Amino acid sequence: MKKTKQIKSFPQGGVHPPDFKLTDQKQIENMPLPEKVAIHISQHIGKPANPIVKVGDKVKTGQLIAKGDGFISTNYHASITGTVQKIEDVLDQTGYKNKAVIIKREGTTDDWIPEVDLTPAIIKDITYSSEEIRSKIYEAGIIGLGGAGFPSHVKLSVPDGKKIEFLLINGVECEPYLTSDYRLMLEKIEQLIVGIQIILKALDINRAIIGIEANKMDAILKLKEGAKDIPQIDVVALRVQYPQGGERQLVKALINREIPPPPKGLPIDAGCAVFNVGTVYAIYEAIQKNKPLIERIVTLTGQSLKNPSNFLVRIGTPIKDVIDQAGGLPDDSGKILSGGPMMGKALAKIEIPLAKTIGGLVIIPESQATRNEVLECIRCGKCVSVCPLGLEPYLIMALSQKGAFDRAEQEKILNCCECACCSYICPSNRPLLDYIRLGKTVVNQIKRTRDTK
Amino acid sequence: MYSVIIALIPALAVSFFIFGLRAILVVLLAVISAVVFEYIIQRYVLKVPATISDGSAVITGILLAYNLPSNIPWGLVILGSFVAIGIAKMSFGGLGKNPFNPALVGRAFLLASFPVAMTSWPKPLLHRLSLMDGITAATPLGIVKEGIKNGQTFNELVPQLPTYWDLFMGKMGGCIGEVSTFALLIGFLYLLYKKVISWHIPVSMVASVFILSGIFWLSNPSQYPDPLFHILTGGVMLGAIFMATDYVTSPMTPRGMIIYGISIGILTVVIRLFGAYPEGVSFAILIMNGFVPIINRYCKPYRFGEGKQRA
Repeated sequence: MKKTKQIKSFPQGGVHPPDFKLTDQKQIENMPLPEKVAIHISQHIGKPANPIVKVGDKVKTGQLIAKGDGFISTNYHASITGTVQKIEDVLDQTGYKNKAVIIKREGTTDDWIPEVDLTPAIIKDITYSSEEIRSKIYEAGIIGLGGAGFPSHVKLSVPDGKKIEFLLINGVECEPYLTSDYRLMLEKIEQLIVGIQIILKALDINRAIIGIEANKMDAILKLKEGAKDIPQIDVVALRVQYPQGGERQLVKALINREIPPPPKGLPIDAGCAVFNVGTVYAIYEAIQKNKPLIERIVTLTGQSLKNPSNFLVRIGTPIKDVIDQAGGLPDDSGKILSGGPMMGKALAKIEIPLAKTIGGLVIIPESQATRNEVLECIRCGKCVSVCPLGLEPYLIMALSQKGAFDRAEQEKILNCCECACCSYICPSNRPLLDYIRLGKTVVNQIKRTRDTK
Repeated sequence: MYSVIIALIPALAVSFFIFGLRAILVVLLAVISAVVFEYIIQRYVLKVPATISDGSAVITGILLAYNLPSNIPWGLVILGSFVAIGIAKMSFGGLGKNPFNPALVGRAFLLASFPVAMTSWPKPLLHRLSLMDGITAATPLGIVKEGIKNGQTFNELVPQLPTYWDLFMGKMGGCIGEVSTFALLIGFLYLLYKKVISWHIPVSMVASVFILSGIFWLSNPSQYPDPLFHILTGGVMLGAIFMATDYVTSPMTPRGMIIYGISIGILTVVIRLFGAYPEGVSFAILIMNGFVPIINRYCKPYRFGEGKQRA
């Protein structure tokens, strides 16, 4: 029997929330320069960077202001031209205060550091070696812009004994409301293609696959067109199912391999490296234009906003400035999420500065901002059927609630990727993910004490 | 919850046609008593907020009534509802906490305590609006069980039984909601369309009844009824679609559901062919309800990353 060609996807679980892509037709807009920026020096996974400027120093746009500490760390740069006003603890999107360098703007335009190429020409020749590419990426302060913030040069450094066969590019953007990756794929195709080729060179491989959800057909077609003469790059349409853009699901869908569960679970253990399209663009700018990571595209959206759109924002800009650009905070606002409605976290204040890892801000009206009443578990099993990792959310929630953490560990609570499909689908509005997170925290503590004994 | 009530309406319509007004009144009485008992227990005994608006007591009442003969004395209906709601559901903690299907516990209680009333069925298609129903008749399963015990072969009994078409449509004696496979299937399709239940339990249960009874029939066609007869009579369809699929008392994973469905089917056939009762579905389901925790313990979904595809 002839096998019908089916669109690729991950095989187990997932949900399909409504798209709400309110800003998908909005071209990327520039923003006026902010009055001041607060650049946190630990936006990444790894050791915090060390500031190398002092209060009162004048800095140019793109100037190094904090140096990475060790290998799993990264640099930070001034995103505007001005004076270092303070170096102190500032509230960030985690809800905690962390150290940041606050720069007050001087002048009305950027005074860039001299090495940056500001011309609009697309530079296709890649003249650097893979070693040079890795160190330029570190110097430019590039971390995973998909939200995880993992230093990108580390991803490109393959340890002994491990092999990378595939480069996977994440253009899925499966969260509702978010469109920054989509607009990037429509507007900066040539740069993305060169960026991918740079990464291929750094990894010394020649297979790259771009995964895009099928609700973005025009981006898929444009990228296919852009890469048609480059056999190393494939573009694959994926089924519209959340969490298609999750690392594990993407690797499974594109190359049918399963990243092992934590603690070992990284894409390198499945022979691949995964990069978000935003990171790819930043890598292009860093290598070909010597431009450090000082700005990124952010979708600012919400049903009550006057001008929801996709903005090019300087790192460290207070989110309030971006909201004002989108027409100001609506009166009925209930929550502001950093990220999408599935996995995003609510922000404590609107003055929080934009971190490198924030690609979307969703303003949820008050009427939608609170959860419905929690009812009893009716054992319908819907949470089990939607979990993409084959866990049983009803069970690990109950175990966490009752303190049965050893059993929770046996039931693989640590495998949970916190995608929130379970909480989304539960007909009794049970706080499944909240208790699972609690359980994970406690089980991790138990493991740490156990392993250090 | 309310989708389930809608799915049960075709069977209600058929029950009026086959058993008359009394069937409808039994259903109403069962529903009202179930809701009233739940309300009283919640508000005055347990002193918690009442949850009767979630519809679960209504469904328990309907399903209990569907498992009763329409000529059952009124008092037994009320008693059955009390056992179903008060003992099988509320005493375990209410919705979501009961290990056994409440409607079936109610029915099993009535069957054990009032066997005569629970095994005298009215003659079908007699009168619609009268409530006087003194004339009883045996159900097809009853005829076969008795006949074979008396030494007759299945083929000899066939003239006394309705045709397969009549069995499918529901023109036979039996409990209020179980007779019409046709009406129940409409409900099944509606529930599948609304994604309220999945196919796993009904299909595996009916298939295993069919296959196991088929094996016996093939081995000795005069001793054993054919499999089509088995799935169209008694409570197989009602049980497969509405009772075994109850969320609270059924397994949580597809693999668990299939094991559960197959086991219920096997037990049903074994009780029917070798047990003292002509009908085995309710006991089969209740027995398997008891096994659900262990099924859940051993039937886990595939944990991503632990299998052959892991790198």
